[in-house]
This record gives sequence, structure tokens and C-alpha cells, in this order.
Amino acid sequence: MSENKVFMIFQNTADAQPFISAFAQENPAATLDYQPGMVRIESLGQLGITQEVVSELAGREVNLQELHLTLISLSGNIDEDDDYFRITRH
Amino acid sequence: MAKKLNMRKRYELLTRGLGWEPSYQSKDKVFAQEAYEGIKITDWSKWEDPFRLTADAYWKYQAEKDKKLYAVMDSFAQNNAHLNLADASYVNALKLFIQGVSPLEYAAHRNFARLARQFSGEGAQIACQMQSIDELRHAQTQIHTISHYNKHFHGMHDPFHMFDRVWYLSVPKSYFDDASAAGPFEYITSVSFSFEYLLTNLLFVPFMSGAAYNGDMATVTFGFSAQSDESRHMTLGLEIIKFLLEQHEDNLPIVQGWIDKHFWRAYRLLGLVAMMQDYFLPESPMSWKEGWQIYFVENAGALFNDLGRYGLKMPKYHEIATAEADHISHQVFGIFYNYIHAAAFNLGLPSEQKMNWLSEKYPDTFDKYYRPRMEMWAEMAKDGKRFFNMGLPQLCQVCQIPMGFTEIAKGDPMQVAYRVSEFKGEKFHTCSDGCKDIFDHEPEKYVNAWLPVHQIFQGNCGGAAVPDVLNWYHFHPEDGGDYAGSADEARWKAMKGAVTTESTETTKPIQADAA
Ligand SMILES: [Fe+2]
Ligand SMILES: [Fe+2]
Ligand SMILES: [Zn+2]
Repeated sequence: MSENKVFMIFQNTADAQPFISAFAQENPAATLDYQPGMVRIESLGQLGITQEVVSELAGREVNLQELHLTLISLSGNIDEDDDYFRITRH
Repeated sequence: MAKKLNMRKRYELLTRGLGWEPSYQSKDKVFAQEAYEGIKITDWSKWEDPFRLTADAYWKYQAEKDKKLYAVMDSFAQNNAHLNLADASYVNALKLFIQGVSPLEYAAHRNFARLARQFSGEGAQIACQMQSIDELRHAQTQIHTISHYNKHFHGMHDPFHMFDRVWYLSVPKSYFDDASAAGPFEYITSVSFSFEYLLTNLLFVPFMSGAAYNGDMATVTFGFSAQSDESRHMTLGLEIIKFLLEQHEDNLPIVQGWIDKHFWRAYRLLGLVAMMQDYFLPESPMSWKEGWQIYFVENAGALFNDLGRYGLKMPKYHEIATAEADHISHQVFGIFYNYIHAAAFNLGLPSEQKMNWLSEKYPDTFDKYYRPRMEMWAEMAKDGKRFFNMGLPQLCQVCQIPMGFTEIAKGDPMQVAYRVSEFKGEKFHTCSDGCKDIFDHEPEKYVNAWLPVHQIFQGNCGGAAVPDVLNWYHFHPEDGGDYAGSADEARWKAMKGAVTTESTETTKPIQADAA
């Protein structure tokens, strides 16, 4: 069941909000687990976001590498470019 | 017209072609540590970069992280925000952190600098260079944050000195020294994969959500700031494993052996974190067992499922670690309860409310095995017979923890476990099959272990009496002992009393102790 689980954990702050919302919006199967100070986004197989959606949610042009500022932890294989960020299980 | 390069291309330009073929020295002399561990690398250019951060982006984001962090810490100090803590007993978690974890950050800084020098592939060099700088930042920001607490509480005045000498700090120290004394590939497998990728969530996430839960926003901030680098470090850990296994099939058994060894060593060290999580925090967001389930059982299960295609298996004895999740925090607490007079933090028996929480979180073990023990100790203390163990314990030759773990996997949790190995006619004791395997694989290394108890007996630790040794540790008399009646407790009550009198009339002011 949890054999191919992936997750991303973000600080639960205003700066992280566009990323958290984008993960929720672009991965309908994902679950969000709120812990003190942080939120854990979890799914099976993969999780991904696009620069377009994050920018739209932030109301400005976002560089996806800004996620480094608020990311706490993750599990999965990373695949990234300017316009998308994904973690997957093979 | 110049087109903006995409991320992949930008990163490739940073990390490829920077190396050159040496002409007046042979390559294996320049990178002298790369071959002797038996690892075979055929093509460094196959290295897949985890997180394609270029140098300019790295500096920009790190500067931004630090700017935010220092702003929070400054306002924390200005507002005396330590007064917002749930209770001062929480600060004992910070003492353990600054004594036992921050020196590891510094050690990691030094070792990743070594790796950046010793790996011949440019992609790995850059990743290790960035990590080396990150780890220095972690040590610095932790020292800076905790220096505020050091003004008000005991036990945090000389952590780096303590780290090199103190009996319980030899547990983290000996693990990192073990990795540092190995070659670069074993080091990175140990620290980046077995520790950071597999287990670091169990160190940072409970510490930080514990801090958030107990009103310590300064620690939350440095913790999460450090942890944002950790995602990059974990990814490096995963990448190095995949890279080594893809490079040559002969690497598999070597890498598996290292993962087995360092998983067990890192897991044993986390016994201290388990105790902190279940017994130090006035308010606990999550038990050790719950954390183990989420961050090890589920996460590592998925990870090794993924790595199975390379032939890699879950670390040896992982099922024992999982079986021990029901016991480990209680057993480590028991050890420290006996020796708290020789520690630089305070501890107390759990309150009735805390014990009920423990019963709820550990339904199979707490009431059956550990609550009776706590109740007996409380009874003894009430009768004026508080038990302190004045003898010195036998230590495990590998993990250096006093031999207090039991035969849980054999279904006999009340039987203390010990294993014996012989080497050159001498006997050496270990606490578990995991530690014994590690010893037996490299006995020449572990017979040289600096065991604090042996060193005391040999007269190398300041003297023969407990106060002499504590003095040699740079402990002050008020640093250890029970929390109830401690100098920290008195000071906390005085500080809170002083504050409460201003706002309410009913609270009786408690005179601030001038000490
Ligand atoms: Fe670190
Ligand atoms: Fe790290
Ligand atoms: Zn051991």
C-alpha cells in the first residue's frame, strides 16, 4: 500500500503557501497533514507542481527553486526544470 | 540573440568540464582516497545532479535564509521570548541538542570539505562543497540561537569541550568519528544516506515540532532553516547510492555492508532522541514509536522498494529496530535516570499525566514493563531513597551506550542483552547483534575505541572521584541532577513569578535568585 509513497514537507508559512496550494491543486490524490509549524504533503507514486500554477497562486513570477527556502524534507526521486518540479518512485 | 539557458544546461556548465587531466602528477595521486575502498567508478560524468542549484542561486537562497533566521533570533532575544516556553524543563532538549548534535554539524562541515577535495567528479565535488558550507552554517546558527538560552539556563556553556569528553556524548562522537575515519565513499554512504536520508527526519522533525509545541520559536526557526538544506543533503545521499550501484556491480556488496553498519550505528545514536521525544518535552506532538512508523517503516519501505532494482536490501536488523520502537525510549530514560547526577541536563520522572500519555502511545509495553519501574522509583524518592547509580556502567564497545538494552527481538524484554567477541585473547562486549557484527567485521578498529568508562578507570579523566571527572568535563555542580529542585527550575519560577506579578495581583511573587 505505502510501497510507493512520496512526500514533501514544508514550513507552514506565508512564503510556502503558493507551493503548498499548488501541490494540493495539481495533485488531487495528495493528502495534507498539518503538524506544529509544518505541513506534510503525501501521495502514492508521484507529486508535482508547475511554475505556471505556483506563479498564478503567488500573483508574481516565481522561480521554482524558491522552494528551497521553505522545504523541510522530502522522499522520492527528484526531477526538475525551470517549468516543473516532480518527485517520483520508479 | 542570446537565449536563456535552461536549468539542466546551466547546471551542466557549472559542473562539467571544470576538472582537467593532471599532467605533472598522476590522477590517482591527486585523488588518493578514491580507490582503496574497492569502489569502482568507470564514468563520473554519469553522475545525476540532485537539485540543479547553480552557485549564484545557492548563495542567493542561503543569504535569504540567514537573513530571515537572524531577524527572528534578534527579535526573540529582544522580547525575552524564552519566557513564552511551556515550561523550562523543555530547555533540556536544547541542552542535549547543543551538546550532542551541533558538534556533529561541525564535524560534517569538515568532512564534506574533504569529500569535495577527494572525489574526482565535478558534480559530486560541487554538491559536497555546498553541503560543507551548509553544515558550517548549521553549527553557527545553532550556537547563535542557543547562546540566548545559555544566558538563562545551565549546561550549555561549553558544548564542544564536553563533546570530546563526556560519557553520553561519546555516543554521537564515536559514530561520526567512525565514519570520518573511513574512506570518502563509506563516509558519504554513512552520513548522507544511512543518517541523513534514512533517519534525519527522526532527529529534526520531532525536535522542531516539539519546539513549536512548547513555544520555542527560535529553535523552530533555526531547525527549519537547517532542515531546508537537509532536503538537498538527503537527495545527495540517494544520488550517491544510485550512482555507485549503477557504476559497477561489484559495488553492491560493499555498499550494502556500509548501509547495514551505519544504519545500526545511527539508529543506536537516535536512542538519545527517542528519550528526548518521549520524556523531555512537556508537550509531545508525537511519540518516538509514531515517528519511527512514519519516517522509517513507511518511508524506508518505499525507498528500498525503489532501490530493489539494484539488488539493494533493507538494512540488516531493521526489523529489530522496529521491534525495539516499543521499548527504546523507556530503556534509555532508565539509564539516564540512574546517572543524571553525571549529566549536564536535568531529568525528572514522568508526571501522572505524562505516564497516561505513554500508556496510550505504548499500549503493549508501558504499563506492563515500564510504569511499575517509574512508580517504584517515585516511591523510593518519596522515602528519601532516590536511587543514583554510583558505579560506572559497562559500555558497548561499538555504540558506547551503557549496556542496558534487552533481548526484545528474542521475546525476552526483561533480559539485558550482551554479546561477546574475542580478539587477540581479549574479550570485547557489545550490546546487540548489530553492534557485534560491526565489531567482528573490523575488530582492529574498535579495540581502539575511546571508551569513557575505561578512560576514567585508567586515570585519564581528571581524577578518580565523580566530582573530579565532572570538573574535567567542564560541568558545573548545578548542571545535572533531578529537574525538581534544580537551579533551572528555581530560576524559571523566579522569572515567571517576576513577570506574572506585573499582570495579575493574585500570584505571589517569588524572589528572583541572584545567582
Ligand atoms: Fe546539518
Ligand atoms: Fe546535513
Ligand atoms: Zn552497541
